[in-house]
Amino acid sequence: MALLEIKNLSVGFDTSSGQFMAVQGIDLHVDASEVLAIVGESGSGKSVAMLAVMGLLPNTATVTADKMVFNGHDMLTMTTKQRRQIVGRDVAMIFQEPMASLNPCFTVGFQLEEVLRFHMKMDARTRRTRAIELLKQVGIPTPEERLNSFPHQMSGGQCQRVMIAIAIACNPKLLIADEPTTALDVTIQKQILDLLVSLQAKHGMGLIMITHDMGVVAETADRVIVQYKGRKMEEADVLSLFETPKSPYTRALLSALPENATGDRLSTVADFMKNEAANAGAAT
Amino acid sequence: MSEIVLEGRNIVRDYHVSGGLFGKPKTVRAVKGVSFTLEKGKTLAIVGESGCGKSTLGRILTLIDPQSEGELLIDGKPINIAKDRVTPEMRRKVQIIFQNPYGSLNPRQKIGEVLGEPLLLNTNKTAAERRELAMQMLVKVGLGPEHYNRYPHMFSGGQRQRIAIARALMLSPSLLVLDEPVSALDLSVQAQVLNLLADLQDEFNLTYVFISHDLSVVRYIADEVMVMYYGEVVEYGTRDEVFSNPQHSYTKTLFAATPKSDVASIRARLEKKKAAA
Repeated sequence: MALLEIKNLSVGFDTSSGQFMAVQGIDLHVDASEVLAIVGESGSGKSVAMLAVMGLLPNTATVTADKMVFNGHDMLTMTTKQRRQIVGRDVAMIFQEPMASLNPCFTVGFQLEEVLRFHMKMDARTRRTRAIELLKQVGIPTPEERLNSFPHQMSGGQCQRVMIAIAIACNPKLLIADEPTTALDVTIQKQILDLLVSLQAKHGMGLIMITHDMGVVAETADRVIVQYKGRKMEEADVLSLFETPKSPYTRALLSALPENATGDRLSTVADFMKNEAANAGAAT
Repeated sequence: MSEIVLEGRNIVRDYHVSGGLFGKPKTVRAVKGVSFTLEKGKTLAIVGESGCGKSTLGRILTLIDPQSEGELLIDGKPINIAKDRVTPEMRRKVQIIFQNPYGSLNPRQKIGEVLGEPLLLNTNKTAAERRELAMQMLVKVGLGPEHYNRYPHMFSGGQRQRIAIARALMLSPSLLVLDEPVSALDLSVQAQVLNLLADLQDEFNLTYVFISHDLSVVRYIADEVMVMYYGEVVEYGTRDEVFSNPQHSYTKTLFAATPKSDVASIRARLEKKKAAA
């Protein structure tokens, strides 16, 4: 049985010029111990779809779906109180900007222990030991001292490690990583991706990687969903996506990679859309 | 041999950090003696991780910060802004484009004013002339005259980066420093901006200093590559030399860390995973 199963998910936002549909009829499922990558440009609705699962969207959003089931719980009919029990414990999320997602006013240790206090009801001493253990797991040197550091005293890569530690604190069944390495350097990116994949394998978590970087997809994913303007363009396992991309949009995305450049120009997605329009015009 | 636009001789930059109330002040050497030459119409890529001094070097080249030691020659003329004032002619020669197009444009300034300001400060052109030039430049970077009266928030990230490029080109500089110009952008928008930069380089015979940590972009755009690590140049050579035969261990680490998206390496990864499971 799938860990997370979504059928026909749509998310709309009320704006002054009517409703804007950010996600239109997405189906997806993730199994335990599987890495699913969702790829798309900004504005393709890849983050919004996951925020809808987490229930983190603002009030202006309307979420509709035929089915949204996580681990046997129906996420659609659930009350906010019930959702809060699950979000953060069984489903956890890592965001793009590690510096911005940690609270600058509290120490790293406090923020890490907060999750343990809320979800696991641990006492102070066990919390401390667990926090140290978690920081060790994500590869932070001298975790005992680091617990008392504030976010601004750490580098971007270290903050992202702390975010990962917070996310995996309660051994979640599903981890959603929203562009976890976009703000980081290549060498740090490599470390963080390796860490995420090894944690995923060790704990048998489901992992959803939201990204726009085809390189990240190639390095981590088992299965890939390509999204464009709120719609699913293609779903395939990672090898066949890179080997024989079916959707023209995926082909356009792959040819925009600098390493796939032919001649002195990169082909862009805009070129692809133009060709598509021309073909459609010719067909009618 | 073609004309050398930019030359650095042993450039050093120190930052002085106060040690707090009782501590001793410290000196941080961010750039430790960098030398290079760059010919007209070529692209030099500076690669390195954050904190390696690549942006500091970029700021020195753009005449924003002075060098602490060493010589900087632009068009064969030595410049040290710690001693001399920067003249409008110098400003006209070098311009910079920053990483984050959301931060580098004033949200209260209309696009027309953004583009007109370099001319207002550094030339004697009239308002009508400035307006005319700004309109022409908007068309050149792939926007339209109708964007003249809009504000930055009305544009997407890629369009904003185009505006930043247009602003840098208003004074028709010969040298453009690009400080991670595409790392905040999406893959397909990145391709558009890189194409635009290549077109503009051909059209105006521009020289680029391209600061980046993305090796796939560097491989596509650069003629020469300089790899920096903790303020030192660890590797410097033509693109083909550096990419085909990296010498320094840091360069090799950097290559190893770059995600590979060819089918063979995906297959290798999947097989390794299967073997481990």
